[in-house]
Amino acid sequence: MNCLLRAENLIAGWQSAATEAVDLVLAAGEIVGLTGPNGVGKSTLLAAFAGRAQIFSGSIELRRGLRLALQTQDIPPVVGLPLSGRELLALTTAGAGGLPPWLSERLDLRLDRLSGGQRHYLALWAILQAPADLILLDEPTNNLDAAGVGHLTAHLRERAEAGAGIVVVSHDAAFVEAVCDRVVVLGGGNGQ
Amino acid sequence: MGNELFLVPFLTGLGLAILLPLLGCYLRLRDEWLAALAYSHIAAAGALLALVAGLAPMIGGLAAAGLAGAGKRLFARRLSGGASYALLLLGGWSVAVLLAANQPLAERLGHAMFDGQLYFAGSEQLWSVFVSGGLGLLILRLLSQHLLLAHVYPDFFRVRGLKAWPIQSGFDLLAALLLALATMNMGIMGAFALVFIPPWLAFRRGRNWRSGLWMALLIGILSYFAAFIAALLLDQPFGPLLALLLISLGLVIA
Repeated sequence: MNCLLRAENLIAGWQSAATEAVDLVLAAGEIVGLTGPNGVGKSTLLAAFAGRAQIFSGSIELRRGLRLALQTQDIPPVVGLPLSGRELLALTTAGAGGLPPWLSERLDLRLDRLSGGQRHYLALWAILQAPADLILLDEPTNNLDAAGVGHLTAHLRERAEAGAGIVVVSHDAAFVEAVCDRVVVLGGGNGQ
Repeated sequence: MGNELFLVPFLTGLGLAILLPLLGCYLRLRDEWLAALAYSHIAAAGALLALVAGLAPMIGGLAAAGLAGAGKRLFARRLSGGASYALLLLGGWSVAVLLAANQPLAERLGHAMFDGQLYFAGSEQLWSVFVSGGLGLLILRLLSQHLLLAHVYPDFFRVRGLKAWPIQSGFDLLAALLLALATMNMGIMGAFALVFIPPWLAFRRGRNWRSGLWMALLIGILSYFAAFIAALLLDQPFGPLLALLLISLGLVIA
């Protein structure tokens, strides 16, 4: 198995521990969902995988030379900024091929002229399509309508089939069920 | 304009009219437009201190602004939310005004910098603006993608292993030095008008980042040209005329 990420008895947090002990192995081409109630530390775990949050006990091993892409729940600050969708994609060297028509025809508009959902999906696409082996997504379906969620689901499967490993934090049970190979539920003792 | 007496100051100002609106776009991107006023005041204080100490004002201005730009990061945690720029502005203004009030030598230069006179620029200033400005534009071009990425996706920027501090500190230092250079030649408010107003309009009206940069550049150059001619014909100080022209243009375009 081509292992990208291995977490053993991992407890992560910021100033203090914020998660239960978690074991997780992610192989290339696999999509793993992290679910559980609010405050259980799903986003913190994702941040720990990205090297941002503190590890209080246990360990994280990432494959050597791994290229990471991280999408957080923070909305990119583009209101009032003259930045077009095409320029946004160029920042992360993401390609525009495969974008849904309702976005590809608006690529030359300023991001602050797009609707909230369009802007969110384009911002997400710039991360998804960036060259990466491991993609970490935090609530990617926020602000997306059914068409957006459907397109995202299909695209994540394509990315996984192309060899990327993906960890998805989400409250959207239908989306998690449709896209993930495995689900780790946090909040009920040892996450697994 | 064929008169060499005015040609050198004109070209010196033209170099700054190209440089400052572009620099201003990146300062605005980082919500640091107040930095222009802060570094200009620090540069003015440094220039006057150097003059009183018997040194070249240009060196004093560049050194003071450079130190402020490089040192700002050391106090970043305590001086968040733009407080560093407010303190630098107040400190620079206080020192400059006190020196001008107590040192006859400093009074004339102080007036020139606060009034915004461009006509004292000689060939030495012209070369310094073109060499430093050219270098500054090149560095800005190299930093551009990183500055945009760090603003839009700060987390992605970090997880890709890109180090933020060389880019941020490099930009701070570059902005401080270029603004000091502009203040020495164009005065505090003339430089501020070119750093603030063209980017403000470009951010409101630009179709994308590239067209925004072009728009800021065009507004800066045309306003500068008109203000320079008007100041000559009307025998008025250049800085206030440039600022009034840009304000009028701003109210129409915005």
